[in-house]
Amino acid sequence: MTIVAPGSGSPVGDPFEGPTASQDDRGTSLWRGAWQRLRRDPFAILGALIVLAFVVVAVAAPLIAPYEPGGAQWGSQVTPSSVPGPSEDHLLGLDAFGSDLFTQLVHGARQSLVIGVVSTVIGLAVGSSIGLLAGGIGGKVDVALMRLVDVLLSIPSLLLAVSVAAALGRTSTSVMIAIGAAQVPIFARLLRGSLLAQRNADYVLAASSLGLRRRRVVMNHMLPNSLGPVIVQATLVLATAIIEVAALSFLGLGEPNPTVAEWGRMLVKSQDRLETSPQLALLPGMLIAVTALGFTLVGEALREALDPKFRR
Amino acid sequence: MTRPEVALAGSSRGSGPLLQVRDLQVRFTRRGRPPVRAVDGVSFDVAPGQVVGLVGESGCGKSVTSLAIMGLLPGRGVEVGGEVLFDGSDLLTMSKDGLRGLRGRDVAMVFQDPMTSLNPVVPVGTQVTEVLRRHTDLDREQSRAEAEQLLRRVGIPDPSRRLKEYPHQLSGGMRQRALIAMSLACKPRLLICDEPTTALDVTIQAQVLELLKQLVHETGTAMIMITHDLGVVAGICDEVNVMYAGRVVERAGRRELFASPRHQYTAGLLRSIPRLDAVKGGRLTPIPGSASDTLPWDRGCAFAPRCPARAQDCLVPDLELTVDDERPHHRLRCVHPVPPGGGDA
Repeated sequence: MTIVAPGSGSPVGDPFEGPTASQDDRGTSLWRGAWQRLRRDPFAILGALIVLAFVVVAVAAPLIAPYEPGGAQWGSQVTPSSVPGPSEDHLLGLDAFGSDLFTQLVHGARQSLVIGVVSTVIGLAVGSSIGLLAGGIGGKVDVALMRLVDVLLSIPSLLLAVSVAAALGRTSTSVMIAIGAAQVPIFARLLRGSLLAQRNADYVLAASSLGLRRRRVVMNHMLPNSLGPVIVQATLVLATAIIEVAALSFLGLGEPNPTVAEWGRMLVKSQDRLETSPQLALLPGMLIAVTALGFTLVGEALREALDPKFRR
Repeated sequence: MTRPEVALAGSSRGSGPLLQVRDLQVRFTRRGRPPVRAVDGVSFDVAPGQVVGLVGESGCGKSVTSLAIMGLLPGRGVEVGGEVLFDGSDLLTMSKDGLRGLRGRDVAMVFQDPMTSLNPVVPVGTQVTEVLRRHTDLDREQSRAEAEQLLRRVGIPDPSRRLKEYPHQLSGGMRQRALIAMSLACKPRLLICDEPTTALDVTIQAQVLELLKQLVHETGTAMIMITHDLGVVAGICDEVNVMYAGRVVERAGRRELFASPRHQYTAGLLRSIPRLDAVKGGRLTPIPGSASDTLPWDRGCAFAPRCPARAQDCLVPDLELTVDDERPHHRLRCVHPVPPGGGDA
């Protein structure tokens, strides 16, 4: 260990310096190594900033927004042909229902985050469990589970979500379950395929030759090598979940209250005012796109950071 | 001159054999086509402290033999017959759990490619300690200390640091040493090395061979060395089995084999080695054809189409492995062998 004199400047230190004591104790774990690589990737930083901004806005929405959401307090100012634009009281003007657009957008972030994260976690947890069982155990279990997934996969994901939402009723919980359920087959297939690709790897044969139990080989050797695509998929699903919420709302299967702030629905509800007030569609649309981009950048960077082939 | 081999003699050393492979058959079944006989009646013994070589070209069945002994062939599409007696019990009929308890503890294997045989996302230390945790009662701390000892023993400098590193941070030679450390972790009685030096460069090859040789001498581990490299055979093996098309065609002690190869295939292999004292610009002496030209053994000698001494009587069905009366440990599967001492080595 090198002792750096106080005030000697660069915290980076001598490149030939050995690892410090705390690092030496823990070593370079998979995730620690990935974190160190992520910090050097400009796209990862950009994506992380977008995601961070999104999360901060979502969490602190009541503090940031100037008004209560979904109030439709200024409904009288909205006419069929025009919506009031930006003014002193309303930073971005009003929406089609007469609520403050900025307030709706800020609270929309909160709604999107909750629905996106919860539905993705549902899809990830259920789908990965099925994929892990199928790919890890194989044989008849694999055949049975995969035929089940094939059935789910043969139904278009939106139709599946619509059926689930229709069956469960119009609440935001059922929307989350519906969107999560629609992602289950994708995660199941992805993890299973990823595990199968590892099954004939040399290190699996080598681990088996050392007498390790099947469960250990699957959980400690095959699974960590198979998670990359699942993580990338999860970030992409977060983005699509936001869009699917909009689709469900459009079909009348989402939250029953039309004034609740939700980007996807704001986009849908503004379509008949595209010519007169394009900002009503443009702003939530851009927010959806930028948020999706942020999650995608983070996911891609994470995949590269976790993939030993990209390591330097 | 020769007589059919009645019973296989035990090892040339005093103690009985640790591993007895008897008439091992491995067939790969194919839908709508006849099965491929990858291993077709292979028998040999390995005694403690003995290094037995399996030598032959690609596709002759040497790696499949080793995987069959380990029970690592895939279950589907493979038929395995014969007996593999390890310390008296048949590995081929043993339960999966029993076999799993044996692998890594009593029988271990070193694979060809150290680049892919280590898990890239698991630290080297974890990969060494998990074998110890699986087969011994050592706790986390003890197995870590033992792993450090193991790495030191196979010649990896600064083992405590290396334990925390990932395989990609180690050189090829280091990785093969780490793999050897893993396979030796529980002091196995039998070590199978499947071309352990093929993926390494020449100086590292010599080091790894030296290490293996030293470990066998220290621990009395029995070893099967699978290779196509006659240099490796000369360096380490006590007894050599030359395989061709799934059968052993010649078996002899190392010195005897190099001094006086009897089978036409062995002689051809030795002739094809480039020599330092050869005429400058001279051509190498290959064996014509390739193994894919072979006939199945039941119609005669499988090597006959490539053999310089082939004759009509080579096409006798099921040629036996015979024992040479004058050299009790030399066995041969050939109708027209090279005359004794006729090898040009």
